[in-house]
Amino acid sequence: MLTERSARTNGHSLFNSYFLDTAYDEMFDAAGEPRPHYGALYRHLIELSARELQQRQAYADLTFLNQGITFTVYGDGEGTERIFPYDLLPRIITTAEWLTVERGLRQRITALNHFLHDIYHEARILADGIVPRELVYTCQHFRRELRGVAVPRRVYVSVAGTDLVRLPSGQFAVLEDNLRVPSGVSYMLTNRQVMKRAFPRLFATYGVRPIDHYGQALLSTLRSLAPPHCPEPTIVVLTPGVFNSAYFEHTFLARQMGVELVEGRDLLVHDNIVYMRTTAGLRRVDVIYRRVDDDFIDPLAFRSDSILGVAGLVNAYRAGNVAICNALGTGIADDKAVYAYVPRIITYYLGEEPILPNVETYLCDDPSEQRYVLEHLDELVVKAVGESGGYGMLIGPHSTAEERERFRARILANPRNYIAQPTLQLSRAPCFVNGQVEPRHVDLRPFILCGGEQTTIVPGGLTRVALRKGSLVVNSSQGGGSKDTWVLFE
Amino acid sequence: MLSRDADSLYWMSRYLERAEHTARLLGVGLTQMLDQTPELAPPRWGRLLSALQATPPREGLADAYAITRELTFEPANANAIVACVALARENARQVRQQISSEMWEQINRLYLRVRATTPEAIWQSEPIEFYQAIKEGAHLFQGITDATMSHGEGWHFIQVGRYLERAGATALLLDVFFRPFLETPPGEPPILDENDWVGLLKCCTAFEAYCKVYTADVQPTAVAEFLLLNGELPRSVRFAADRIQRALQEIGRATGSRGAGRAERLAGRLRAALDYGQVDEIMADNMHADLASIQRQCAAIHNAIYQAYITYPVESALAQ
Repeated sequence: MLTERSARTNGHSLFNSYFLDTAYDEMFDAAGEPRPHYGALYRHLIELSARELQQRQAYADLTFLNQGITFTVYGDGEGTERIFPYDLLPRIITTAEWLTVERGLRQRITALNHFLHDIYHEARILADGIVPRELVYTCQHFRRELRGVAVPRRVYVSVAGTDLVRLPSGQFAVLEDNLRVPSGVSYMLTNRQVMKRAFPRLFATYGVRPIDHYGQALLSTLRSLAPPHCPEPTIVVLTPGVFNSAYFEHTFLARQMGVELVEGRDLLVHDNIVYMRTTAGLRRVDVIYRRVDDDFIDPLAFRSDSILGVAGLVNAYRAGNVAICNALGTGIADDKAVYAYVPRIITYYLGEEPILPNVETYLCDDPSEQRYVLEHLDELVVKAVGESGGYGMLIGPHSTAEERERFRARILANPRNYIAQPTLQLSRAPCFVNGQVEPRHVDLRPFILCGGEQTTIVPGGLTRVALRKGSLVVNSSQGGGSKDTWVLFE
Repeated sequence: MLSRDADSLYWMSRYLERAEHTARLLGVGLTQMLDQTPELAPPRWGRLLSALQATPPREGLADAYAITRELTFEPANANAIVACVALARENARQVRQQISSEMWEQINRLYLRVRATTPEAIWQSEPIEFYQAIKEGAHLFQGITDATMSHGEGWHFIQVGRYLERAGATALLLDVFFRPFLETPPGEPPILDENDWVGLLKCCTAFEAYCKVYTADVQPTAVAEFLLLNGELPRSVRFAADRIQRALQEIGRATGSRGAGRAERLAGRLRAALDYGQVDEIMADNMHADLASIQRQCAAIHNAIYQAYITYPVESALAQ
């Protein structure tokens, strides 16, 4: 049983429904006192009425709607655009906490890029028996076509969005590496803009590290990965199109960087050179920041039914005439079963201990671990290894017997495709819900930019919130929202 | 600039111009309804529908509510105001990285505004105000466009879209009024009275400007001269032709004028005809044929723009 205590709220009505339990609370310590870095926010809040907060919330929602900062909901004829729910209250991280996170992420991305290069070249790590050979070669995201291809600067993953959670101890741990086409960075940036307008005075006094340079950092990252022959590379963002759920983000990033946003139909390949169709004729393209999955990027190389891609793109890539970021085939490194080996991968390539721990993970492919998983389905979270966005998941404690039976059958039919993790008590942060401040589960997705020379992580990231009370699912497709994330100066 | 982006900017602008044109005509029609006898209403609505190339509603030409509903909301009518605003916004959404945030916010606000209302709601409140708001929304968008977007290639595609739409629509509108007027045999009572000519001027937001040039004495020949050949009135056909030609010259310059010659030549020819046209000759000769020719030339310019900038064959582009 959870023992519920209430936070020290001086009887302020905004905090009437606030509760604390075994989950780490971002705002209050175990004694119910506001943590020092949350003190000023707390004092500011108790001076405000629910009505004032509601006005600011309404203002923020209207800003998102008017700016069309929406995501697309599939299979909903009318009004297919919704705003991504935004929570008014910032999530605050101290300098010391951030330094650890930053070091850990740098270490992890470096090791994963080594791993990808190795897998697509000598495969030493497989020969040395650190990662099982069949685990890699059975991964649906392994791209045989990319073997031996020289990737610019050996950077396979140039943009990553790693999901972190805070454990009850207060320690951050890695839940997932998103190494293919991670999204959410536009929400991180617009949340900040809205925050500055909703709480200008509080923001000014808090000493929050800026994040607005993300666009420039992304541009210089992409530039550093251009093929060697072009000093002034032409860079484009490749989007699946206006119907993609992240279309807003694609336009946003193109605008932030000042580059063209193209669709597959704007590009063509001739003699292994990629061109885009412009009003001034065909123009050569050197770097593609692609937001289209591997499967759809070239109908000649992968799915032939794809109309989103560019025929011949993979050959142009293999010929070294165009850089594609992220590289093709990076999905092998964020496979949820390979995830379990990342701590060993870090030690193997860097000779270091992992700074950020993994979450304990059971591989259903392993007979004894599978037995444990099947016996504890009602306690564990089961995930399909190649899925993202909160799809293909079983949350044991919130599941029905019928759902568990369905997953049992799926696991037995295809054990390689499933992993399980203990149901985590994600940390909670204060959110403004129904006129009250209440705690909700959050995670953190920092965005890592890995260029030829340097790795950049803008301080913070996207804090996603499970806005439904008790829910642990933060994905926007599953009723999640987000909030601004503040990393403080010393 | 990407060909697809140029295409979207062009259509964003055309659709918004179309929505504004329809809103303006409906606003004039509804205002005229306030002081006209019932038997005058059907022919007036009939002309308005012809000028918009729309078919009368089932309820007939006496039912102003049905007409405004069809022209504003009817989902089956691709030129209904709501549909045009939605398409303008959809095109803007495809080029959000090309237009300024302010432009996007304005067109999105206009879209949310027209989407949030219903035929019944506007009819029960103040329909004239609703159409006024659409006109103002479109004007605001144009102002924001001019004030916040670089006047480069993309901006010129916006100009071409707006003025091609305007030239064609104004030519058609003039034809709807002048054809019956000129075809009336001498001696018969005129089909159109002074209020109709004032209405036509107001359909082009030109009544006040007309009075400054010709005084309040409204004469058909002067109206034709003003709306067709005046070089300073922003809604005249000549003004539009001038802007089309200028924008195409700028686009040709910005893109290295590869294959741009034809579109520029067509635009120049249209403009020259209007620059040197004489209203008495046009009216004495065959005004209907002239107005139809203007519409055909607009279509030809549209096709030439597509061939030069949007859908040119890849083989020829690679050969260069």
